[in-house]
Amino acid sequence: MANVLVVAEHLDGALRKVTLSTLTFAQQTAALTGGEVHVLVLGDNVDAAASEVAKYGVAAVHYANEPVFANYMAETYAPAIAKAAQELSATVVCAPSSTTGKDVLPRVAAKLEAGMVSDAISVSDDDGLKFRRPLWAGNVITTVDVLTPVKVVSVRTSDFDAPPEGDAAPVKEFASGVSAPDNLEFVSFEQVKSERPELTDADVVVAGGRGLRSGENFQMIMDLADTLGGAVGATRAAVDSGYVPNDWQIGQTGKVVAPNLYFAVAISGAIQHLAGMKGSKTIVAINKDPEAPIFQVADYGLVADAFEAVPELTEKLKTIT
Amino acid sequence: MKILTTVKRVTDPDMKVRIQPDQSGIVTEGVEYKMNSFDEYGVEEAITLKEAHGGEVVVVSIGPGAATKELRTAMAMGADRAILVETDADLDSDAVARVLAEVVGREEPDVIIMGKQAVDSDRSQTPQILGSYLNWPQATFAYKVEIEDGWAVVGREVDGGTATKRIKLPGIISADLRLNEPRYASLPGIMKAKRKPLETLTPDDLGVDIAPKVKVLNYEAPEERGAGEMVDDVDDLINRLKDEARVI
Ligand SMILES: Cc1cc2nc3c(=O)[nH]c(=O)nc-3n(C[C@H](O)[C@H](O)[C@H](O)COP(=O)(O)OP(=O)(O)OC[C@H]3O[C@@H](n4cnc5c(N)ncnc54)[C@H](O)[C@@H]3O)c2cc1C
Ligand SMILES: Nc1ncnc2c1ncn2[C@@H]1O[C@H](COP(=O)(O)O)[C@@H](O)[C@H]1O
Repeated sequence: MANVLVVAEHLDGALRKVTLSTLTFAQQTAALTGGEVHVLVLGDNVDAAASEVAKYGVAAVHYANEPVFANYMAETYAPAIAKAAQELSATVVCAPSSTTGKDVLPRVAAKLEAGMVSDAISVSDDDGLKFRRPLWAGNVITTVDVLTPVKVVSVRTSDFDAPPEGDAAPVKEFASGVSAPDNLEFVSFEQVKSERPELTDADVVVAGGRGLRSGENFQMIMDLADTLGGAVGATRAAVDSGYVPNDWQIGQTGKVVAPNLYFAVAISGAIQHLAGMKGSKTIVAINKDPEAPIFQVADYGLVADAFEAVPELTEKLKTIT
Repeated sequence: MKILTTVKRVTDPDMKVRIQPDQSGIVTEGVEYKMNSFDEYGVEEAITLKEAHGGEVVVVSIGPGAATKELRTAMAMGADRAILVETDADLDSDAVARVLAEVVGREEPDVIIMGKQAVDSDRSQTPQILGSYLNWPQATFAYKVEIEDGWAVVGREVDGGTATKRIKLPGIISADLRLNEPRYASLPGIMKAKRKPLETLTPDDLGVDIAPKVKVLNYEAPEERGAGEMVDDVDDLINRLKDEARVI
């Protein structure tokens, strides 16, 4: 059978929402191939994530709780994923196009002698599976054909909603056979802790750019985000200047977001930034330069000094929300 | 230490790409090409490591004859010699990795430094595929690299924060934008680069079949987002968000 294997992603054993969007892609693919959706969860403490993901209309969940998977590493995860793909007769292997998915899937593809599609935004069947993907910072969309029997796909999760919950699927143990390599070592993960929603699944994103001039000035971006229950994002220039953590970067080489409402504050609108937010439903731009390119993609543009307009906006919104 | 670094010749990232009417590709007339941005960081890091640890930097490109320009640029920055594997074919990342694996077999570098992504095809696959073919460890999306006792300690930009990984050499590193500040080629550097060795090979010479595993069927422009309206002030903005867009 032409099954679809989804590699689940979790953080400290909690399922990441990007996995759910990937399940939708997988279900659409399985509907075309006539196969089943199987999910693989690797880690050393993944029982909760495995039973959580089992609720979303999949055929089965396979999990490995092994010390070798305690910390994610491409070199140990890739052979396990490839083995699971073979045992489960998967012809499509997919994962979110997160930094983990991007890091591991090409190694899986090499092991399976498979062609790989990065950042798929749709799947269709037109004399075989065809995938669409953006490139050139989102200025071009291509349709691609993967010529190998097995196809590996990273999924741009902002283009897919989470699937509805269904009956719980069976959860089975998977033996990876992977042993700890002696030529690499996980050292540390310095997590940016936040009470705010994750950038990739927030309904509202407030992003700031270099025009804010300092990390302290990002406080007004956070205040606006908190008033709307949103997440905070930034441009590469703001990250490079050290104002905010790299994890907040939106764009061609950062995260891709598609919230209901996106605020671009003191952001010029370089194509590399637009690549990460053009899919937002409503875009608001606040910039003091009326010629800023960001206004060409904004639904509502306000020419103003951010240092005045943003605090005023936050105060006024507090009275109505 | 022998360091291998890679450069791809790509369209200028600040240019607006246009698509051929028959959707067969992008319009190439009048288009400027340059070294892939991430490869500038990779080349800079390779040269910095050589300055600190000694050795040699070999730069490799796979692509058209015109890519000698990007290879000369890398040598003007400080790479010692270059290899062009010449082909006009459209390559997928897997084919590039297969060619590179052969070059690595000949050169036997201690470390390979690549860009994390080519800004034209936006795939972010080649370093990882190469890592798998060579069975070498990898540290992608690097913002910091230190070499000590035959190991590379690499700080990586990842979702949720940053991660640090140690890989035993030989290994592969892919560069992110915060890794360093790429130097400009100096005039003496440019003069010197003209005399540095540049070897040209073909995929056939290396015995690699470059047939793709992923075929592009057509190129389209994305749906354009029309410009919206300018609002008068914060009150106007709030009213529109509430009554028109209904998002607050
Ligand atoms: C290979 C590559 C990849 C890249 N990837 C990304 C990416 O993923 N994401 C990304 O964002 N960028 C990326 N970039 C960088 C991108 O090209 C731009 O340099 C960057 O997006 C600019 O950020 P910015 O808008 O914050 O800064 P600037 O372009 O400097 O714009 C600042 C804006 O702030 C406005 N401003 C200043 N003061 C005020 C004020 N008081 N009130 C209101 N407005 C004010 C100015 O008018 C200006 O429009 C990449 C670049 C390269 C080469
Ligand atoms: N044709 C090529 N020639 C040399 N290096 C390449 C080529 N294609 C990709 N690379 C390298 O692989 C990196 C990632 O490319 P990609 O996987 O295509 O996004 C680039 O930054 C380059 O360092």
